[in-house]
Amino acid sequence: MEKVLMKGNEALAEAAIRAGCKCFFGYPITPQTELSEYLSKQMPKRGGVFLQAESEVAAINMVLGAAATGTRVMTSSSSPGVSLKSEGISYIAGSDVPALIINVQRGGPGLGGIQPSQADYWQATKGLGHGDFHLIILAPNSVQEVVNLVSKAFELGETYRTPVMLLSDGLLGQMMEPVAFPDIQANEADKSGWAADGTKMARPHHIVNSLYIEANDLEEIVRRRYERYAKIEETETMAECYLTDDAEIVVTAFGATSRIVKSAVNKARAEGIKVGMFRPITLWPFPKKELNTACANAKAVLSVEMSMGQMIDDVKLALNCKLPVSFYGRTGGVIPTPNEVLDEIRKLNGGAQ
Amino acid sequence: MYPYKKITVVTGHYGSGKTNYTTALALELAKTGQPVTVADFDLVNPYFRTADFKDAFAQRGITLRAPDYANTNVDIPSVQFDLGGLAAEPGYLLIDVGGDDDGAVALGRYAHVLNSYAETGELDMLAVVSFRRYLTRTAAETEQYLRSIEKASRMRLTGIVNNTNLGPETTTEMILESMPECLALSKHMQLPIICVTAPDFVPAPSIPEHTVMQVPVAVHLPWIPAVL
Repeated sequence: MEKVLMKGNEALAEAAIRAGCKCFFGYPITPQTELSEYLSKQMPKRGGVFLQAESEVAAINMVLGAAATGTRVMTSSSSPGVSLKSEGISYIAGSDVPALIINVQRGGPGLGGIQPSQADYWQATKGLGHGDFHLIILAPNSVQEVVNLVSKAFELGETYRTPVMLLSDGLLGQMMEPVAFPDIQANEADKSGWAADGTKMARPHHIVNSLYIEANDLEEIVRRRYERYAKIEETETMAECYLTDDAEIVVTAFGATSRIVKSAVNKARAEGIKVGMFRPITLWPFPKKELNTACANAKAVLSVEMSMGQMIDDVKLALNCKLPVSFYGRTGGVIPTPNEVLDEIRKLNGGAQ
Repeated sequence: MYPYKKITVVTGHYGSGKTNYTTALALELAKTGQPVTVADFDLVNPYFRTADFKDAFAQRGITLRAPDYANTNVDIPSVQFDLGGLAAEPGYLLIDVGGDDDGAVALGRYAHVLNSYAETGELDMLAVVSFRRYLTRTAAETEQYLRSIEKASRMRLTGIVNNTNLGPETTTEMILESMPECLALSKHMQLPIICVTAPDFVPAPSIPEHTVMQVPVAVHLPWIPAVL
């Protein structure tokens, strides 16, 4: 297909329809609004359901209901709205049903602001609801990658019967870039063993539930879920390495920030500094092996984020004290500039000599 | 150059390049020595707006009027200036309206004032179009958007700016390829094509009987160096 110009939010929405998403439940919030607006116009024309719920809490519980029937379903919000959805997300995980959740992050905490941020990294990867569970977290860095990852997100969710989050940010949602839609094969997993889609009086009831009467039963179900998590960690990590082969300094960044970092890396390379960039595409599971490989020749690591420093924890855990890890970030909706990152790279380079 | 009127209202589908065109036109008109005022009248877009070029405008003596809360965290559509008052001041006035019919609603508030300038031939309301923009790939699709903008604003379009682009991947050929759709739109809506734009990083296409305006790419992503 010929390339067209699209905003990140609307490209995500279009990709979801093409990937076979049949239901959207949401509540408006800046800077994700174009996403739900686009779906409100397109879903009814294309055989889907768009429903603006009375609140985020209502929307996520509608997602749970649709997911329980095996229907491809998604919701989207921005940071404060995602916090409201966290209880329902925990229920979705506890019910072992797939659903796609979008977070177009803005500044926080609290009501925060409407400018871009990545300060929901911890929330997404470690604490999006109560209980022992993970979500698969995908973090694209271009409008094209947003499109490419949406169908992947649905497939992963169905393969492992787990909620998946696509972690975007205000910058990625609002910016426009050329994009092409690949022919999407909406591969749907076999849901006949669990979907509560009507017995037709021909099979026993399928019960979708997250309540277990006996502690031993709950432990067993959580353990089985963790076996699936182990398989996800083993097989589903994704990362991009940029000029890391000979890099003495490796800068880690995800999402839109990685575009800024790449620009800074190119400038530093022009000054003769051996620097590269490591970008996790899956934030959970964090690509630990890939990071260690990318840092084979590194003397120092720098984590750059639009937060006060959150992914840096996973970078340190993955490197297991092998290398010093420093941090540079802007927060509250302020976007770091390539020159600010370049200065940090220069400082590390001076320190390494 | 097209003989621009005292007031130019810039509308279109969001993402067609209204802000970049408005900015480029402001720079051009400033060269005439006449006073130029740009009104950022976009009440629907949180970022990437004319108010981003405050400093670049100030350096060139262009007056910028923008909502007080543009580019802040105040997520409220509000305007603290009066378009009617700005219209009465001497010099050129460029009004950058928010995208689609949603953005054009606010313009409707001033339709009674602005339409009086249209009647005396002192106002153009231009549709910035891009045939590489999703959902406006054809003349028919584009016309739907333009009609809804006219309805919401209670004003009539007077011309078309063909701003077909694919951001940094724009080519001269791409602009030439868009002309048949643009001509079809022009014919069907009975609106003249005021100009065809080309970003200044590609050779200007030669299009007989049409003005080509080379424009700097002012609207840019944070990792692309600013040109203004």
